[in-house]
Amino acid sequence: MNFPVQPEQASNFAVQYDTLFFIITALTVLFTGLVFALCLGLIIKYKRGNGKPEDRRNPMHHNIIIELTSSGVSLVLGMVIFVWGAKMYIEMRQPPKNAMEIFVIGKRWMWHAQHDNGVRENNELHVPVGTPVKLTMISQDVIHSFYIPQFRVQFMVVPGRYTQMWFTPTKPGRFNLFCAMHCGTQHSEMGGYVYALEPAEFSKWKENGGNRFKPKPSIPALAGKQLFEDFMCSSCHGEKDGKRAPSLNGLVGRKRDFTDGSSMVADMDYIRQSLLAPDAKIVKGYRQMMQPYNFTEEQIIELIEYIKTLGSPVGPMATNPAATTVATGATR
Amino acid sequence: MSGIPPTEHVETEEKNYLQEGHTIASWLLTKDHKRIAVLYLISVSFFFFIGSIAAMLIRLELTSPRGTLITSETYNKAFTAHGVVMIFFFLIVAIPAVFGNFLIPLMIGARDLAFPRLNLLSWYFYMAGGMMFLVAMMTGGVDTGWTFYTPMSSIYSNGQVTLTLVAAFITGFSSIFTGINFIATIHKMRAPGMTWWRLPLYVWSHYATSVIIILGTPVIAITLLLVVFERVAKIGIFSPELGGDPVLFQHMFWFYSHPAVYIMVLPGMGVISELMGCFSRNKVFGYQFVAMSSMGIAALGFVVWGHHMFVSSQSMYQGIVFSFLSFLVAIPSAIKVFNWSLTMYKGSVWLASPMIYALGFIGLFTVGGLTGLYLASAGTDVHVTGTYFVVAHFHYVMVGGTLLAFLGALHFWWPKMFGRMYPEGVAKWNAMLVFVGFNLTFLPQFVVGYLGMPRRYHYYYFAPEFQVYHVMSTLGASVLAVSLLVPGAYLTWSLKNGPKAPANPWGAKGLEWEAAASPPIKHNFAGIPVVMGDVYDYDAEAEELAYRGLPPREESK
Amino acid sequence: MAISLDKMNQPQDVVYEQFEDLGQQQETYVLGMWAFLVTEVMFFGIMFLAYTIYRWKYQPYFYALHQELDWKIGGLNTFILLMSSFSVALAVHFHQRKMKMPVLLCLGFTNLCALAFLVIKLLFEYIPKWNKGHYPGPGFSWDSTYIPANIAQLWYSLYFGTTGLHALHVVIGIILFSVLMFLIAKDHPIISDYLPTEMLGLYWHFVDLVWIFLYPLYYLMPK
Ligand code: HEA
Ligand code: HEA
Ligand code: HEC
Ligand code: CUA
Ligand SMILES: [Cu+2]
Repeated sequence: MNFPVQPEQASNFAVQYDTLFFIITALTVLFTGLVFALCLGLIIKYKRGNGKPEDRRNPMHHNIIIELTSSGVSLVLGMVIFVWGAKMYIEMRQPPKNAMEIFVIGKRWMWHAQHDNGVRENNELHVPVGTPVKLTMISQDVIHSFYIPQFRVQFMVVPGRYTQMWFTPTKPGRFNLFCAMHCGTQHSEMGGYVYALEPAEFSKWKENGGNRFKPKPSIPALAGKQLFEDFMCSSCHGEKDGKRAPSLNGLVGRKRDFTDGSSMVADMDYIRQSLLAPDAKIVKGYRQMMQPYNFTEEQIIELIEYIKTLGSPVGPMATNPAATTVATGATR
Repeated sequence: MSGIPPTEHVETEEKNYLQEGHTIASWLLTKDHKRIAVLYLISVSFFFFIGSIAAMLIRLELTSPRGTLITSETYNKAFTAHGVVMIFFFLIVAIPAVFGNFLIPLMIGARDLAFPRLNLLSWYFYMAGGMMFLVAMMTGGVDTGWTFYTPMSSIYSNGQVTLTLVAAFITGFSSIFTGINFIATIHKMRAPGMTWWRLPLYVWSHYATSVIIILGTPVIAITLLLVVFERVAKIGIFSPELGGDPVLFQHMFWFYSHPAVYIMVLPGMGVISELMGCFSRNKVFGYQFVAMSSMGIAALGFVVWGHHMFVSSQSMYQGIVFSFLSFLVAIPSAIKVFNWSLTMYKGSVWLASPMIYALGFIGLFTVGGLTGLYLASAGTDVHVTGTYFVVAHFHYVMVGGTLLAFLGALHFWWPKMFGRMYPEGVAKWNAMLVFVGFNLTFLPQFVVGYLGMPRRYHYYYFAPEFQVYHVMSTLGASVLAVSLLVPGAYLTWSLKNGPKAPANPWGAKGLEWEAAASPPIKHNFAGIPVVMGDVYDYDAEAEELAYRGLPPREESK
Repeated sequence: MAISLDKMNQPQDVVYEQFEDLGQQQETYVLGMWAFLVTEVMFFGIMFLAYTIYRWKYQPYFYALHQELDWKIGGLNTFILLMSSFSVALAVHFHQRKMKMPVLLCLGFTNLCALAFLVIKLLFEYIPKWNKGHYPGPGFSWDSTYIPANIAQLWYSLYFGTTGLHALHVVIGIILFSVLMFLIAKDHPIISDYLPTEMLGLYWHFVDLVWIFLYPLYYLMPK
């Protein structure tokens, strides 16, 4: 078992932040120690008992000097921290002009990022080391908060207005991305990872369409697989019926029971409807959670073709083993 | 403080307030402030129990990174129920409505509060609100967190948000009634000779609390009502789709809820002042500073609400101003801490169980308050806001502070309220156990918060390094649970079996001890006392004893 | 015409047990009333604050929207409320002099004004707006192209919220005045003293004052 006490320092703010943090900690320890020592000393000195009579000659019940110095010292120390903290805050709130801008959209319960060249990612954020990055964020529903502990930055993502935050990653690696504002059932799972890449690697990643955008396979089932991955369908639909959503394995031809009591055998039309208007029929045991996607008809056919292969021992790859390189990108 | 009639007259043959009628109606329709206080004591204990069960559920679930005891939905409902119950139905009410109700008339030498009917009505409002919340919990629960942030609460959350908000709204009125009652009583009903500078600090702190209550509570009431309207009738004040601004809700919410944290802690501070005075056998050091610092906290408390919103799209300048003001509000608290400690100087310290709670309060409140500085400094708040660091901060001030003060008050005034003593030995050891259990529970949360564990998180399997601290915390919570069940047991036991308490078992100064019996009679005093001496006048007696070369008077037993 | 109240002349006998004497009791009641009015100020204050913030944010729209209100009707209502406040003041004055009929008359006139206020509000303001579908909620209908519907709805929410809260206070006032008149007519011992009238008067002045703020804010906006 190990007891980590400090998150990694991975952005321009981290060192500066930790310095102030530990200075306040020192102050806290100092004052707590002072108060403890004072109390302990007085208790020992003036503990009642031993039959010794109390001596109250020349009592002291107030002392303006003590009052003023104690509050004066507190005030001065407080002001030092205030000014220091405010300086850091000002820096955190003002992105440099040359910062690279990335747009972030928060919605229950995923993060969606758009880079300037059109690369999109979900629950992940790739950023280059050494370049200031500015996030311009907005929420599609409730308030979220974009939080990267290792960068010591956080800012809320609010519906109806843009908010901004910025940082310069200082070391490559994989860092936590959290939603730090309670936003509903899966608040704790709204997040993923931030990948800080060396600049060269980052531009390669970006050029490559975020590693994922490969040329579209001509075989519909494979194109569908790619769509399935790009749109993170598997974040809800897994191998087995999950908590969030039913499994799609062997869907076509299976009998589906719906919350309104009706039932039907799943066919292509049903899947098409499930994509375009998922709330039309809600599978029993689940709630409306899936958003409507406006795929083109072509994409829908590709997705259906892929879904047909799900759960079958052969799989879509059987058709073309050469095309098995899959996007990386760890998801939770 | 010397009162007339003198102490010998205290032990009257008159029936005490507990003996005035034993029917249920005689309790439920009583206008006696002492009986209402007892009603409140029973009800807040009940709600504390409910809130604690939710707390234990949270703690058990968090021992594993992917807890399987409950679903995420239930988890969210659990911490919301925990927060709402602990804040609205326990902490805000606990000290003012129980001990404030019981003691203010006794301390200032009045027969009752100014508006006894209003007082009873406030208990009914409180119970109505509480019951509504219980119904809400049982018929679906709420998952918004105790802060009810819009648009989550007004549009997205399903569950009994409306009922909960209405419950909080009603309970708010109970608070307002109590506040109005205290203000009128303290202003107008002091006994002859009870000048403002002779008021016990406990009364001062309740005065400050009442001012906050009447200025702040209406704001939260309207705010919650607007959320209800938005939710039920889809009229838009806070939701962006309807032209509103969700951040306005935060401003309005914290405009009340920051002062509310001082509603929670000021009465506790009043208790500590009394305890430090009595058990040091000394006048509270810097009496006037301590009294005025309560008023200072009340005033400054109203202008710092924005420190809860450093990262929620208020402008940078707002953030800086609020940060600055938050540091100012720390000064009156600092004054209190130092003056309490110095009260022991040249005193005669008696480490009885209430005193141990008081010392615990001083230590834990200091830590809790100082960690508030990390949050008050805008730059350092950015990383830890919304994490367990904040959770640890507020448990230090609310549990380590106010809950300990509540327990101290319970032990100190128990003989006065019920006329019985409890086993002091057990109480003393238990008080230390509370201290240990508390630190074990919440100290690790500072670390895990700094590491980045967000609050209101059901799962943390993506950061398993947090687990060790969560396990420690749950362990501590179990110790804490035991140490809180024990007083429940021995205090209940003492009601029937404890030795009878004398009028002034602690040898304390103050009208409630010197001029009233234990338990007091219905109208508190045989005749209205006249106050002639100074407040906390322990010196006179001590000097006399010292002069005669006698040991200090042996109190109790 | 000054018929004196029987009970009004009797020595005071309703000092509640917690008080020492009548003087203390009265002072306490008045102080309690003021404390209550402070909470009322905060109730309305927060509504005004919300209004101010949004007005600042959407000034041109709010200006256009405020033209939906008729300042003449609002002005009439202001006048009516001022009259009622005046007559309450008179009622207190007469009660101090223990003149029963004038007290009843003044209170009756106050109640009449209050009723008139509500009727005018309902007939000329609330009901026409309701018929046009100009009320916040799912049924809100809006066809102006200049003012976005959501801002219009926000404005109507604030308008109905604030004036509704005020109207609620007027209704409560009517009920309380009626009870008071009934008690005075019955020579109930509680009103042997003018204190209840004075306190209700305080309340009523407050309600009036709220309107004095409300009227210019909503009806008389500068461009
Ligand atoms: C009893 C309740 C209570 C009390 C008394 C306090 C006291 C203080 N609180 Fe706390 N606070 C809460 C309850 C309380 N708080 C709650 C419930 C929340 C979270 C709400 C939520 O989001 O759910 C919160 C959150 C909170 C935040 C927001 C954090 C965030 O969400 O990001 C901040 C930020 O400034 C803050 C600051 C302070 C400060 C500066 C004090 C000060 O008053 C403390 C003053 C005391 C001292 C400073 C110690 C004594 C002084 C000395 C020993 C001398 C030395 C002093 C100096 C050197 C200055 N608190
Ligand atoms: C007065 C206020 C108060 C009090 C006393 C407590 C007491 C405790 N709280 Fe509370 N807490 C809050 C106010 C309070 N809390 C608030 C406002 C929040 C924020 C909610 C939100 O985010 O919306 C919060 C959130 C909160 C969290 C964070 C949840 C999250 O963000 O996911 C946690 C986690 O550990 C926690 C734990 C505890 C524990 C272990 C105790 C312990 O001190 C309690 C120990 C006491 C007992 C256990 C009682 C004794 C035993 C019994 C009465 C019998 C029942 C016991 C058993 C069944 C074992 N609290
Ligand atoms: C936020 C979670 C989520 C995401 C992301 C998601 N779904 Fe769903 N999906 C659900 C839920 C919940 C249901 C069951 C309720 C319903 O029928 O609407 C469902 C139902 C379905 C069904 C009907 C399944 C059945 O068992 O009858 C299909 C087909 C489907 N989804 C396909 C997809 C595809 C393709 C994608 C990606 C483009 C996707 N889903 C993305 C949550 C999700
Ligand atoms: Cu999104 Cu929490
Ligand atoms: Cu605060």
